[in-house]
Amino acid sequence: MITVESLTRKYGGFTAVDDVTFTARPGRVTGFLGPNGAGKSTTMRIMVGLTPATSGSALIDGARFVDLTNPGHEVGVLLDASAQHAGRTGREILTIAQRTMGLPKGRVDEMLDLVSLTPQEAGRRVRNYSLGMRQRLGIAAALIGDPRVLILDEPANGLDPAGIRWMRDLLRDFAQRGGTVLLSSHLLHEIEVIADDIVVIGHGRIVAQGTKAELLAGAGTLVRTPDAEVLGRALAAAGVSCSAVDGGLRTDATPDLVGRVALGAGVPLTELRSGDGAGLEDMFLELTSDTQREGAAA
Amino acid sequence: MTATTVQPTTLPTTATARERKVVPPIGMGRIVGVELRKMFDTRAGFWMLMSIAILSVLATGAAILFAPDADIDFELFGSAIGVPMSVILPMIAILSVTGEYTQRTGLTTYTMIPRRGRTIAAKGIAAVLVGVVSMFVALGIGALGNILGSAIVGVPTDWNISVTEFSQIVLAQVLGMTIGFMLGVLLRSSAAAIVTYFVYSLVLPGLLMLLAGLQSWFADIQPWVDFNMATSRLFDQTMTGEYWAQLGTSGLIWLVAPLAVGLALVMRSEVK
Repeated sequence: MITVESLTRKYGGFTAVDDVTFTARPGRVTGFLGPNGAGKSTTMRIMVGLTPATSGSALIDGARFVDLTNPGHEVGVLLDASAQHAGRTGREILTIAQRTMGLPKGRVDEMLDLVSLTPQEAGRRVRNYSLGMRQRLGIAAALIGDPRVLILDEPANGLDPAGIRWMRDLLRDFAQRGGTVLLSSHLLHEIEVIADDIVVIGHGRIVAQGTKAELLAGAGTLVRTPDAEVLGRALAAAGVSCSAVDGGLRTDATPDLVGRVALGAGVPLTELRSGDGAGLEDMFLELTSDTQREGAAA
Repeated sequence: MTATTVQPTTLPTTATARERKVVPPIGMGRIVGVELRKMFDTRAGFWMLMSIAILSVLATGAAILFAPDADIDFELFGSAIGVPMSVILPMIAILSVTGEYTQRTGLTTYTMIPRRGRTIAAKGIAAVLVGVVSMFVALGIGALGNILGSAIVGVPTDWNISVTEFSQIVLAQVLGMTIGFMLGVLLRSSAAAIVTYFVYSLVLPGLLMLLAGLQSWFADIQPWVDFNMATSRLFDQTMTGEYWAQLGTSGLIWLVAPLAVGLALVMRSEVK
């Protein structure tokens, strides 16, 4: 269990992490979602003691990370898969972790097996690794101490679709055995695929959190019709507010109610469905648009 | 934008939380072992270590070839080998610290061992071990050179380095290495630390000499504040009580104080 409370980190006048509070629970994969520069990595670095917090706390099963005597056995951490000495081999990097944590030698091969790095690949120097291979190596290093908690920053970065599915299964299995997983991503899709709970951060603040089902269910209904104007009036008459979207309407009402209203108004529908994540996606795009260099691409 | 927080109503927990297990602490010996390994497990590190032996052999060969026959004695080989050692050993010490930052391995190291002082202390111990062992290797190579050299030129083999002298030379080399270590801790950047080391060891002595020549007040205090001068005595002079005291005061200024500042910075700084 990871408990983050009122965590704040300021750099001069800039607040990178602003009063962040959330919990990542055992048995669940918690996705930490936010655009680039939202404060995800800073929050994670504070959790593991690499960056001091200005105020607030981040506890792992009630203890500060820096007070753990041999944290590798309790918390697996992957912050940046590229932060490895380019001249070391993959096997050597795992061996250093195995020795530091005081683990049996066999763990290195077990981990290489687990993340599907072949002996040849493990014998290569990390400078010759693809980003996907570095991520696999980083996951292996995080898991080598058989921890209860995983903190992974953008672990799916650089993985191909098969790799993302592999990671999803791995993390789901880890959570099902009672582990706690916190992983960050700037891609909504990745988080949707992997996470059970979602915490959304933007400009250093938490903007939404809940289970994936709840956040996606809260998204209302999307309806498309050639007579959008007529349906809009009918919905308004039924006391349902709606907004126009490309070729249709979005409303907070259930698809069931919208269907009945449309039937009553005699409006033909071309599409009627729950908004599945559209609300989350809109919110996420709104967060992103402020920092997007392409302008109003959202 | 308003925060749309959805409070989870029921928690569909699929599993019970795992038990906390008994975790073996990390002993200092283990950290030193790992740090020693990290010094030499890359090609750069390996060849750095090998270059100690290779350059010792080259220096010995050069001494036999170029030194006048009458000068062939153990001291000659000792000083010939001392020159490359005094360059390479500090580099090993610098890179063992700065690698964590320049190569960003600190992200992993400091999450495995959150108390950063332990890692830094282990690096210091590992550096001193490497320095002392290297000096014994150099002593062996120098001894072979002395036997070989005196046989080739046909002079009696002269073992004119006493145990005290050798200990002083080892101390001088280790102190030089410690300066490199201190610069690594203080600057946390390979390039900056290496450049500063050469400024310290090659440029600074000349400047201080110049200053002492121009300002008599500085000439008086120089022995007490010039660490280069104080350590260079270890190589070729009998150390008096005053010399040791001067080694102490100048070491306080050039080694202990900046190391303390560097350590404070390492503890507080953000590791990115």
